[in-house]
Amino acid sequence: MPKRNDLRRILLIGSGPIVIGQACEFDYSGTQACKTLKQEGYEVVLINSNPATIMTDPELADRTYIEPITVEVVERILEEERPDALLPTMGGQTALNVTMSLQERGALEKYNVQLIGANYEAINKAEDRDAFKRAMDNIGLATPTSRLIRNREDAMNFLEIVGFPAIVRPSFTLGGAGGNIAYNREEFERDVDWALLTSPVGEALIERSLIGWKEYELEVMRDLNDNVVIVCPIENFDAMGIHTGDSITVAPAMTLTDKEYQRMRDAAIRIIQEIGVETGGSNIQFALNPENGEMIVIEMNPRVSRSSALASKATGFPIAKIAAKLAVGYTLDEIANDITKVTQASFEPTIDYVVVKIPRFAFEKFHGSNPTLTTQMKSVGEAMALGRTFKEAFQKALRSLETDRCGLISLSGLDHYLPGDDLSPSIPEHIRTAIRTVHPDRPWHIADGLRTGISKDEIFAATHVDPWFLDQIEELVLFEQRLLSQARACAGEKTDESVTIPDAVFNDPDGLELLKEAKRLGFSDQRLAQLLDTTAATVRTLRRVHLPSSRVTYSRVDTCAAEFEAFTPYLYSTYGRECEARPTHQEKVVILGGGPNRIGQGIEFDYCCVHATLALRELGIETIMVNCNPETVSTDYDTSDRLYFEPLVEEDVLNIMEVERPMGVVVQFGGQTPLKLALPLARAGIPILGTSPDAIDRAEDRERFSALITTLGLRQPRNGAARSGDEASAVASRIGYPVIVRPSYVLGGRAMQIVYDEPSLRSYVENTVMTADQFPLLIDQYLTDAIEVDVDAVSDGAEVVVAGIMEHVEEAGIHSGDSACSLPPHSLTPELIDRIRTQTVALARELQVVGLMNVQFAVQENEVSILEVNPRASRTVPFVSKTIGVPLAKLAMKAMVGHSLRDLNFTEVPVVRHIAVKESVFPFTKLGNVDVLLGPEMRSTGEVMGIDQDFGWAFAKSQAAAGLSLPHMGTIIMSVRDGDKAGTVNVAERLQALGFKLQATRGTAAYLLERGLNVEPVNKVKEGRPHLVDHIKNRQAQLVVNTVGTASSHHDSLPIRREALQQNIPYFTTIQGIQAAVTAIEAMRKSSLTIKPLQDYHPT
Amino acid sequence: MKKAILALADGTVLEGRALGFEGEASGEVVFNTAMTGYQEILTDPSYKGQMVLMTCPHIGNYGISPEDNESRQTWTEGFIVTEAARRPSNWRSELSLHEYLVHHRIVGIEGIDTRYLTRHLRTHGSQAGVISHVASVNGSPDDLVAKANALPSISKQDLVGTVTCASAYQWKEGTGDWPQRLNAKGQVNPTPTKQFQVVVYDFGVKKNILRRLVDEGCAVTVVPASTTAETVRAMNPDGVFLSNGPGDPEGASYAVRHIQDLIGWRPVMGICLGHQILGLALGLSSYKLKFGHHGANHPVLDLRSRKVEITSQNHNFAVRLSSAEQANGLLETPWGPFEPTHVSLNDDCLEGLVGKAAPVLSVQYHPEASPGPHDSSYLFSQFRAMMEQAHA
Repeated sequence: MPKRNDLRRILLIGSGPIVIGQACEFDYSGTQACKTLKQEGYEVVLINSNPATIMTDPELADRTYIEPITVEVVERILEEERPDALLPTMGGQTALNVTMSLQERGALEKYNVQLIGANYEAINKAEDRDAFKRAMDNIGLATPTSRLIRNREDAMNFLEIVGFPAIVRPSFTLGGAGGNIAYNREEFERDVDWALLTSPVGEALIERSLIGWKEYELEVMRDLNDNVVIVCPIENFDAMGIHTGDSITVAPAMTLTDKEYQRMRDAAIRIIQEIGVETGGSNIQFALNPENGEMIVIEMNPRVSRSSALASKATGFPIAKIAAKLAVGYTLDEIANDITKVTQASFEPTIDYVVVKIPRFAFEKFHGSNPTLTTQMKSVGEAMALGRTFKEAFQKALRSLETDRCGLISLSGLDHYLPGDDLSPSIPEHIRTAIRTVHPDRPWHIADGLRTGISKDEIFAATHVDPWFLDQIEELVLFEQRLLSQARACAGEKTDESVTIPDAVFNDPDGLELLKEAKRLGFSDQRLAQLLDTTAATVRTLRRVHLPSSRVTYSRVDTCAAEFEAFTPYLYSTYGRECEARPTHQEKVVILGGGPNRIGQGIEFDYCCVHATLALRELGIETIMVNCNPETVSTDYDTSDRLYFEPLVEEDVLNIMEVERPMGVVVQFGGQTPLKLALPLARAGIPILGTSPDAIDRAEDRERFSALITTLGLRQPRNGAARSGDEASAVASRIGYPVIVRPSYVLGGRAMQIVYDEPSLRSYVENTVMTADQFPLLIDQYLTDAIEVDVDAVSDGAEVVVAGIMEHVEEAGIHSGDSACSLPPHSLTPELIDRIRTQTVALARELQVVGLMNVQFAVQENEVSILEVNPRASRTVPFVSKTIGVPLAKLAMKAMVGHSLRDLNFTEVPVVRHIAVKESVFPFTKLGNVDVLLGPEMRSTGEVMGIDQDFGWAFAKSQAAAGLSLPHMGTIIMSVRDGDKAGTVNVAERLQALGFKLQATRGTAAYLLERGLNVEPVNKVKEGRPHLVDHIKNRQAQLVVNTVGTASSHHDSLPIRREALQQNIPYFTTIQGIQAAVTAIEAMRKSSLTIKPLQDYHPT
Repeated sequence: MKKAILALADGTVLEGRALGFEGEASGEVVFNTAMTGYQEILTDPSYKGQMVLMTCPHIGNYGISPEDNESRQTWTEGFIVTEAARRPSNWRSELSLHEYLVHHRIVGIEGIDTRYLTRHLRTHGSQAGVISHVASVNGSPDDLVAKANALPSISKQDLVGTVTCASAYQWKEGTGDWPQRLNAKGQVNPTPTKQFQVVVYDFGVKKNILRRLVDEGCAVTVVPASTTAETVRAMNPDGVFLSNGPGDPEGASYAVRHIQDLIGWRPVMGICLGHQILGLALGLSSYKLKFGHHGANHPVLDLRSRKVEITSQNHNFAVRLSSAEQANGLLETPWGPFEPTHVSLNDDCLEGLVGKAAPVLSVQYHPEASPGPHDSSYLFSQFRAMMEQAHA
């Protein structure tokens, strides 16, 4: 069937900010959908509140709304844009939920908008657990015994039937949010309450546990002609009980017989037909009893998903692109397979390699979080690796995580252990305990268990990891032991003292055979170096000398296991016989991506990398992308001229450089990951494009940085370093409290703390700095009540353009990635802004920045200090670009290959008449009892943008986009520290003027009463009941303000913040935050919501 | 770890590790892209004379289960994989792949770059090869290449004669626990009560064809490939089924004239080699494909419904219409016109035919699956429908 001509304009809903369970994969899908619909000649209207997405680039859609994805806003868009159709399946759960609400409130009917891809009934059947269960019954498929409950009593009754462990899943939440496994009554009661609270409809499912069953996912595509294909079967390494987003997953399925697989395939086809997803992709999860093959359907997502992005990257089959084409009427046999060109999309990819996806976690950033993995997703990112075999892919995946683990390293000090060596009996016991804990480290503990001779049967009983996977890990462990034995034998035999062990192993024919095998098994040079007690560089050199024939080769991802020729250069490394890279001799540039998402390094950097590639393409320069994050747009096979899906570690990146020999490499766009590689790359003779590695070092090295600041006559906070507790006290008293302390070895604000007095400093040193090598401790003056300002600039080495000056809402000291900010500044004087601009230009000139630079300033009582200079792309580049309507990353890239900003016609920033606010989004509800207080350690996973004519509305929109709806009316509860009391007066006065009822804890209340405000005192938690937490629980407050000073008050007031979070009541933990919120409420009361697409903000 | 060598007729020599039975084996090397179903492949008589390379890198993971055999024994001459599982993992598994290969005296090789070899075969076409476990031979790789060169081509060979049954037998078992044709409710369609007698020409039949016929309510008699039309007529069946099988249809030309005698007399269905033999009987010509179709992901378009079936395929030869016939979309035969019903979306290969006057239905691919998708399972019901109609 040809495409539909009755549709002209299509609305696409994005997924909003990056949160746990919903990350860049929806930018990848949405971008593909946008591009495809445009190419097919449709007008695309888009809404997404996340500015760091490629899909919200103004060129992608015709009308791009960076507005909160709420029903009210989307309805306004329907009213103004009058689209003919809405494609709801590209924006994750967010888009589906909004679409469902639109249908329920009659908006779709009112504006005559047709749902394409999936209709209301289909979405409801898949999403509503009860309806889904009935649908599965109807087609003869089993689902876990379960019952929907709406109160605790029903839950307890049903518990009698399912027994323990029991699964508790709230209805309609993201990434399994609020779901738990209960092993006893107490846990069960708690989990049920929590689930009922998290579910937007106050409903939860109690379910028979299938813990330990094998878990599979199938990605299914269907067209209007009822053609169905399965894109890829994926098998989870981790058995049922761990959310699939937190599981290591493997493609293709490894342990299914054909009979079992076909049964599952048949079921998947019946499911998509029964649910009624008319066109597009769905993800279906199955559990299989390892004892008898019994198959149970777990769930279905009637939309593209994280797994579909993974399946697309794993096979080369672009699910979202094809889904968009199917949605407008094409059938699978009418769509060409881009990769082979001769075949159609109506086939099932078959692969001749193994794909391993591994999640990345961030528990270390969340004090009080629970790292036990459950049915609720907790990971913040993922890496994917491809290899010829599971072992190769698995080891590549492990190092792709960038957690300083170059392979299956021992976590119990057993890297050099061989059976028969002395072993303290406590070690295996410790390992046994670790294996029983469902923790992200478990694969490493399994390897340690195998090292110490714990049987696979025992490990299987404890973990339910399929014996085939355990066997694979054992093969790696056994191989390591062969290599260690060889090294020992060589050490024993050698007579010449000057010959090192690695030399000896490389000079021994058996040793050489082993090393050849090692590379085929995916061992990194780094890991081999650990085993052979040497450095990775030595292993690399020795390999070159002794194993010149065993070189890395690149194979193509071709969807067809080599049956047809592949035209798309999507490559992965292996140690094979033939290299299919086919590098060209054109002018070409390698762009290094950001690797797995983590806190502090996410989609913003992928956005910059994609822009780098777009810019170079505009200049006719060939682009080569290297990345290992399957969620991203950068790893879409048509983003660059060639894609290397590889770990971003030195060895793998250097291998690519040797094959490609580019004219240069871009390290400043992918965050810290590529930046760390700048020096090794420069040493290997690869030109680093843009700002020199030396300038980067000048900005990053503390001493050189201080010298730089002094040279330029600028200011920075007083600072020092300390190598002991005593020294720290001395430095701190010289600087003056409060101070910010952090160990020097960490990045991204990790373990950073503001310390107010000497006892706290002492306790910080005791608790944080465990070993001497974690010194020195870095100590900086903490500028109290300072305004933080973030600046992004572009330079071509001569001209510097200060592109964006952003004023943070929260005070300096709160990580810049976690605070809200406004562009342009909403309170700084023109004179200050000028000074900041001048200083930025001076810094860029001095560092001879070519490309992007970010500077963080603190303004305290009209004094400007420089906190940090980063001569690279920052997190705010996309936000600034979208606010000012200039693609900064593209311009920077062009500057880096020699174009002047003047030639690029960018010498000044356009004057904007609007204001944009960036707000951060946090994963607090998902990680257990963590404190929501903001601090110097970054903890947000994503961000949203609110844009409007004035600060108030822009801030209001940013809050709505982040999921907080500011009240127009109601009660505010305030409990603030002494230092903030004065600041509260203004807030209280304005809220009172708006008609809000004021409540405050005694101290705050007394202070406000004295100043003539009408405040009702409420009890603190320890003052007896009812106390303020009761009020919050009963939703008697619509706004909560809680600021705290000392560490002890943190603890006492934690329940206030947790309860506000759980009740989804807007809360603010800084005075600046509540001030901004009040301004927003005032704006909302004064005028009504207006929306405007980006294209109208920046008419061309 | 014992070494093994694979040598191709064109001089390509790959070194790997020995797998399975220790010895030497030779045959035409073909690659199969299915990701599951190695046991079904090993026991598919259509692979007689061939050594199979599996493109999926891990083979043997789920071991060997007796009920997954597709015939009474293994037929592949040799087995080529990237990595064979040391220990299988599956609740039904009774043996490891290695043990099974040893038991059935199949010589295998692992640890070679199968992607390289696949690309090589794709570019240069299928060709003869020899696998040798070095310890058991005294020759050099060059000797192996020479041996490969000396192998007769499978073209025109009667491989059917080596795989067909010795004498006729009855078959009674259906697909049982692994049903293929489920209705929209997920229930197994009940076996029709009225039984039809079907004679199956065994050119190398897979058990799942017989099981599927039983599912459709057929009383199945399997007869040797050389059975004459007179014998079949004497058995007075309701339908005649032409099975899959190995090699070149011209190698089994003795079957062609018997089939010619049966077309139009009773409903006939053919699969794979059966389809090709039928094609020859109808006057089509056959040809050898460069590297064949071996896999479980081949899209086939039903020209009438415009629906796509993902099919299981395993053939090196095919039959084709003349350009005039193709242009007309019609093939004139002594039994009236025939029309092409299915075509490969990958390479436009003719995939299916029906008689417009004579009750004949044939497909190049494998609706019985095993291994592979069940999308085309409906064809067995169509065969039954033809028999019902013939009786009506």
